[in-house]
Amino acid sequence: MKKRWISLYVENEIGVLARISGLFSGKSYNLNSLTAGVTEDETISRMTISLISDDRTFEQIKKQLNRSIEVIKVVDFTETAIHMKELMFVRIRNCSEQDMVKLNYMRDIFQAKLIDYNPSTALLECVQTEDKNNDFIRLLQIVFPGRIEIVRGGSVAVEAVSITDR
Amino acid sequence: MQITGAELFVKALLAEQVDTLFAYPGGQAIDLFDALYGVEGIRVILPRHEQGLVHAADGYARSTGKVGVCLVTSGPGATNLVTGIATANYDSVPLVCFTGQVSTGLIGNDAFQEVDIVGITRSITKYAVTVRKREDLAAVIKKAFFIARSGKPGVVLVDLPKDIQQAKGSDCCPKQVEIRGYKPNTRVHMGQIRKSLECLKQAKRPVFLLGGGVKIARAGREMTALMEKTGIPCVTTIMGKGAVATDHPLYVGNLGIHGSYAANIAISQCDVLFSIGVRFNDRITGKVSEFAPNAVIIHVDIDPASISRNIEVDIPIVADARNAVQVLLEHADACSCEEWRKQIALWKKEYPLTVSESAQSGDGVQGTMSFTPQAVMCGINRIFQQAVITTDVGQNQMWATQFLELSERKQMLTSGGLGTMGYGLPAAIGAKLGNPDLDVIAICGDGGIQMNIQEMATAVVYELPVIICILNNGYLGNVRQWQEMFFNRRYSATCLRRRKSCPSACSAPSSACPAYTPDFIRLAESYGAKAIRVTKQEEIGPALEAAKESKTVPVVIEFLIEPERNVLPIVPPGNPLSNMIMKSNGMITEKKNKITESYGVITEHNDMDMEGGKR
Repeated sequence: MKKRWISLYVENEIGVLARISGLFSGKSYNLNSLTAGVTEDETISRMTISLISDDRTFEQIKKQLNRSIEVIKVVDFTETAIHMKELMFVRIRNCSEQDMVKLNYMRDIFQAKLIDYNPSTALLECVQTEDKNNDFIRLLQIVFPGRIEIVRGGSVAVEAVSITDR
Repeated sequence: MQITGAELFVKALLAEQVDTLFAYPGGQAIDLFDALYGVEGIRVILPRHEQGLVHAADGYARSTGKVGVCLVTSGPGATNLVTGIATANYDSVPLVCFTGQVSTGLIGNDAFQEVDIVGITRSITKYAVTVRKREDLAAVIKKAFFIARSGKPGVVLVDLPKDIQQAKGSDCCPKQVEIRGYKPNTRVHMGQIRKSLECLKQAKRPVFLLGGGVKIARAGREMTALMEKTGIPCVTTIMGKGAVATDHPLYVGNLGIHGSYAANIAISQCDVLFSIGVRFNDRITGKVSEFAPNAVIIHVDIDPASISRNIEVDIPIVADARNAVQVLLEHADACSCEEWRKQIALWKKEYPLTVSESAQSGDGVQGTMSFTPQAVMCGINRIFQQAVITTDVGQNQMWATQFLELSERKQMLTSGGLGTMGYGLPAAIGAKLGNPDLDVIAICGDGGIQMNIQEMATAVVYELPVIICILNNGYLGNVRQWQEMFFNRRYSATCLRRRKSCPSACSAPSSACPAYTPDFIRLAESYGAKAIRVTKQEEIGPALEAAKESKTVPVVIEFLIEPERNVLPIVPPGNPLSNMIMKSNGMITEKKNKITESYGVITEHNDMDMEGGKR
């Protein structure tokens, strides 16, 4: 079992997202995250899918995606050089001034932006790899237990040009 | 010229050379039916239920090789198609199903007779789409037919909102469509073919395993030639049976949980398994880890997703079965497997297929019946030379798949993948519409026939002389058999005679059992069909002969068979194919020649005799 990444080119039509997500649920495939958005060609959408599976199931998943009429191309990103980022918002409640000092250290390290603030609540924006976001959440939960709220967008990935970031 | 969507729909059907349309009207399809009114060249068939309708289209498609076309209204009309769509899609039958839909502006409003049929059928169709713009209509229909019939065939559903049907627009039908995400590969990879031939050359115990894909690709003749050229014996799945003539000396039989002894053992002992157009479904593999344990497995399939899904394949070949077999035929050599052929012939001779002896069920109501279901199948084999035979699902289907002799001129249509009761009669109606010159026989159980019995009216009004054989044992026999064998005879909800007056628990029929309802003879007659009841072996032939003579009227033959006959052999759940129960009170395993005296208890017998006594 290991983590896999797929980049999917699909027809930008009504029902395609349901077809793809339905394939995963109907066949009991694990689905970790799925993001979708239109490309420079507005008739095509691109999805980034992450999942955990063994080799054989993963082969089957790729074949099943490929045989869907609406799927134009399936690209396996598991072993390729890519840039991958996930948008995450974090809201921290009941922030004292001392909390804010700690938060400033942390967001420096994790390159998170403070995008909104009032005397009791801070809102951070973090665009990082999925793993770094996971690390950041772990740390926030230790420092501000029971006071954080997370909204994650799922990863978006693109082929690398000369350097990799995943 | 500007025409309505409904008129364009008719024009597009004619362009696709649709000659028969299985259709049931309703409010959201009324414009389409109006456009069809009086149209020359399209025969509109009105079945009595949408499930019967879609099975009829399926039978028409399977028996003719053309696309079956359905038209129904929205809501319940559409949802009634669901079982038939899944049935056809599972068996790779090309269908295009048009459903009426409420106007685009009303979609999502819970309007009268509105359902999201595209959402409901997404996982059981090859493609499903709602037409949302009038200008897309012609291209969508073209695309639908192309997708349904190409590659691995399947079902396409096209949902037509009422405003699209009414909107005026162009009358152009495109000649071609381009689908960038759909390019079915039919050509053969020569490198893989060479590898597979190399493998056959080394083989001592090779077997061909043929599935439904060989029939869909209409590769029977080429396949027979390949068998003969190589001298390799051939096993089929239920869906593949009839791909090559069953009386061919190299034909072994069906494999699977109700397969023949020779076929199951041949698969278990072969060293090269050359499979074509199969899916390695759980009903043919038995315990997966012990399926063909010593074999190099070669697999030809048009669908890459079928390869190495259930069974790890050594040499995959993605191709149309016919193209692949043609190339193989060109390059293959004779195989030196004389010993192996002899061994298989010996197994065939020693352990032929038979039905179980009658169970000892006391003074069974029908216990005096002197014939077996096998005798009915033999009668059909003898009397019908050119025929399409459909089956229902259950014991009737298993006996049909075991005992029917098939060939190019005698084909069997059966719901192999989904296992849909109620398939037999409507599929026979569709087959007869597509093949008016062939005899068409539906083999049904008394349970399955009642699931679509309303289609008797369709057969009568369209003057389709289908022959409906009802094997009546008063039980949902296949489940009853499992309850007898694996659930200690607890006949839970499987008796169709059961009434309020019956004791709460019952594990065998007796003379005190209530009368069967309905009376199939009077029911058939009330529909305007002919009806014959057969209670003795000597009546089988004459009944079938009489039915064959009927030119315009369907004939129901009710065969009163014994209530507790079992389908044998059977591979018990969780067992490898080589472990088969061969008779009602014994289990044979191939490895150590064990016989169980009663189910589950294994005792060693060195000197085995399948008749039960010592040699």
